[in-house]
Amino acid sequence: MINTRMLVLAVAGAIACGSSVQAEDTFRIGLIDPLSGPAATTGEVGLKTWQFLAGEVNASGGLNGQKLEVVGYDNKMNPQETAIQAQKAIDSGVRLLVRANGSAPGVALNDFLNKFNERNPTKQTLYFDYAGADPAATNEKCSYWQIRWAANIDMKVLALASFLKGQADTKKLYLFNGDYSTGQGIQKAMRTNMAEKRPDVQIVGDELVPLMKVNDFAPYVEKIKASGADTVVTGAWGQDLALLLKAAGEAGLRVKWYTFFAQGIGSPTAVRQSGLPSHTVFQIYEAHANLPSVAYREEEKNFRAVVGAGQTMMYPGSVNAMDMFSKAARDLKTLDVAKIVASLEGAKFKPRAGGDGWIRAEDHQVFQPLYVASIGPIEKDKGFDEENTGWGWRQIGEVKPEDTLVPTTCQMKRPQ
Amino acid sequence: MLQLVTFSILNGLLYGMLLFLLASGLTLIFSMMGVLNIAHASFYMLGAYFGFQIAKEIGFWPALLIAPLAVGLIGALIERYGLRRVHAYGHVAELLFTFGLAFIIEELVQMIWGRVPVDYRIPAGLNTTAFTLFNTSYPTFRVFILLIAVAVFGLLMLLVTKTRVGLIVRAALTQPRMVGMLGHDVPRIFMLVFGLGCALAGLAGVIAGPVFVTQPSMAGVFGPILFVVIVVGGLGSLAGALIASLLIGLVQTFAVALNVSIGTVMGAVGISSPPLLLDELWPVTIAQIAPVVPYLLMVLLLIFRPTGLLGRRM
Repeated sequence: MINTRMLVLAVAGAIACGSSVQAEDTFRIGLIDPLSGPAATTGEVGLKTWQFLAGEVNASGGLNGQKLEVVGYDNKMNPQETAIQAQKAIDSGVRLLVRANGSAPGVALNDFLNKFNERNPTKQTLYFDYAGADPAATNEKCSYWQIRWAANIDMKVLALASFLKGQADTKKLYLFNGDYSTGQGIQKAMRTNMAEKRPDVQIVGDELVPLMKVNDFAPYVEKIKASGADTVVTGAWGQDLALLLKAAGEAGLRVKWYTFFAQGIGSPTAVRQSGLPSHTVFQIYEAHANLPSVAYREEEKNFRAVVGAGQTMMYPGSVNAMDMFSKAARDLKTLDVAKIVASLEGAKFKPRAGGDGWIRAEDHQVFQPLYVASIGPIEKDKGFDEENTGWGWRQIGEVKPEDTLVPTTCQMKRPQ
Repeated sequence: MLQLVTFSILNGLLYGMLLFLLASGLTLIFSMMGVLNIAHASFYMLGAYFGFQIAKEIGFWPALLIAPLAVGLIGALIERYGLRRVHAYGHVAELLFTFGLAFIIEELVQMIWGRVPVDYRIPAGLNTTAFTLFNTSYPTFRVFILLIAVAVFGLLMLLVTKTRVGLIVRAALTQPRMVGMLGHDVPRIFMLVFGLGCALAGLAGVIAGPVFVTQPSMAGVFGPILFVVIVVGGLGSLAGALIASLLIGLVQTFAVALNVSIGTVMGAVGISSPPLLLDELWPVTIAQIAPVVPYLLMVLLLIFRPTGLLGRRM
């Protein structure tokens, strides 16, 4: 005879197990990014971006009859935590993971999925890196189950060097970067690429500064001045970039600032606060709010209507990712991610930002045009401003994807 | 060369005085009460945010007056209803209390003002160039910070050494029971001292907020260096804190100018090849490790002179 107590426990257990299975009509996307701690602001913008994109897809009927839902998983920028959260997400039915912040978490996720997807052929999960910049993730640490939708830092440096080829007023270059993997990567890549494309440009300074440790950038600004540089290329971001630009504004340093991360949260405000002249701070990025592309500006408008006027669509990579995922799902009439990734590799597409793009099959790195823009005063009806400062991006140049082609050492293990 | 030295001295002094402004409150609390206030940098952050909010509503000059008072009041209340109870359980308990306080203040700030840096600007009246030297302009606001820091040092020294209140406070530190028996309200004195220390931190926040980035993580940016100043200056010495701040400011600024590698320096001292496992360190330049140099200084001082430069009770 079945004991009543056992019966109650069994039923309770069944209910508990049942509640973790996803509802039949929802396809869940798991976002693994820092949602607490110092990087939380960036992680939150990522979550809002993906929720916005999912909302757009749902508004047009969902995907193959299923609604999209985006769930956030906090990895605290930690690689071990990333793997734990990935497992948690997969256990609750997520089959598409998206992530962007930090190099170590990205590499950790690639490692995790390589092993997990091989051992669990029925639970294979796809991973979109929507803004990660570490080259390692599409080289020695690459994965068949990852698609990187943003240009990695080697590509961005190559693109910037290509752009600087046409800038006659750049004669003396100062490199200013953080003393960590990305910063050192920029340092080496800039030297190599500039030697090739503009051997006449003199590199008059090369600084590596510990990340987020320096409060007073006045001595560094002094060094830049003393070197006689007319152009500074910097991979500084967040607080470092803000303090550097403020110190430069105070000291009256007049150079052109080419940055990779001036689109980040707080950076446009810092540019404005620094008192630097308009259109002397540049960025090179996959997009900006005032692109010629009408489709992109429409999306930017919709995004700001939902998320807030002060927040720019910081992750153009995610827009293309969602577009291509949706297209593949509808064309193949399936949400089986293994089939989707097989169809996406090698695929060509038209990024909303304009131009041509493709997903390279060798390493699953997406190539697309990159845009150089400078920040300065913008009239309300002439374009978007950044963070309610009254200053916005103005396009200066475009680098075609062919000019961002970097080789790869990726030897990805493909499923049989 | 002259240009480099002049700028390094000037920048080092300006930065050092700002550090002193931040550290003065902590020195006061630590030397007067023996409480290591880990949340001191959090009060600095509160001062910056209050300053930002009041400056937005009324103006910078009222903010300069009101914000430190508000932060001081909060500090006094925390001492009265929090720290005083914890004091009975010993130093570790006090430390943990202030540690937890730091987290709470950070979360509150995030909840009220959000996580994104706020646009705290230098007031228009002070947003000019004070002077130009060798083609580099020095902003008036930095000079303003220097003047305030000097004024704070002067007033504090005066308060501690020349006034009756200072005398009572100093006495209460070493002989609290006797002072209590003489009719003075010792707990109230400690509350006022803690409040004053927090008010000084708040003042530093109001002033430094526009210069640095006003964001919820700003406490973590200055927290560690404050403790270096206290340790290097010596426990209980206001003059020591001043000297330590200036020393750290100058050392860090001069270090940035030195592009010579550690290997070269070691070679000059006679160590020609790197010892085992340290070969990665050899090509690193002094400029690269400049932000770490103050901590190195602290470690060296702790080894050779643990009481700090001017370590003694005030």
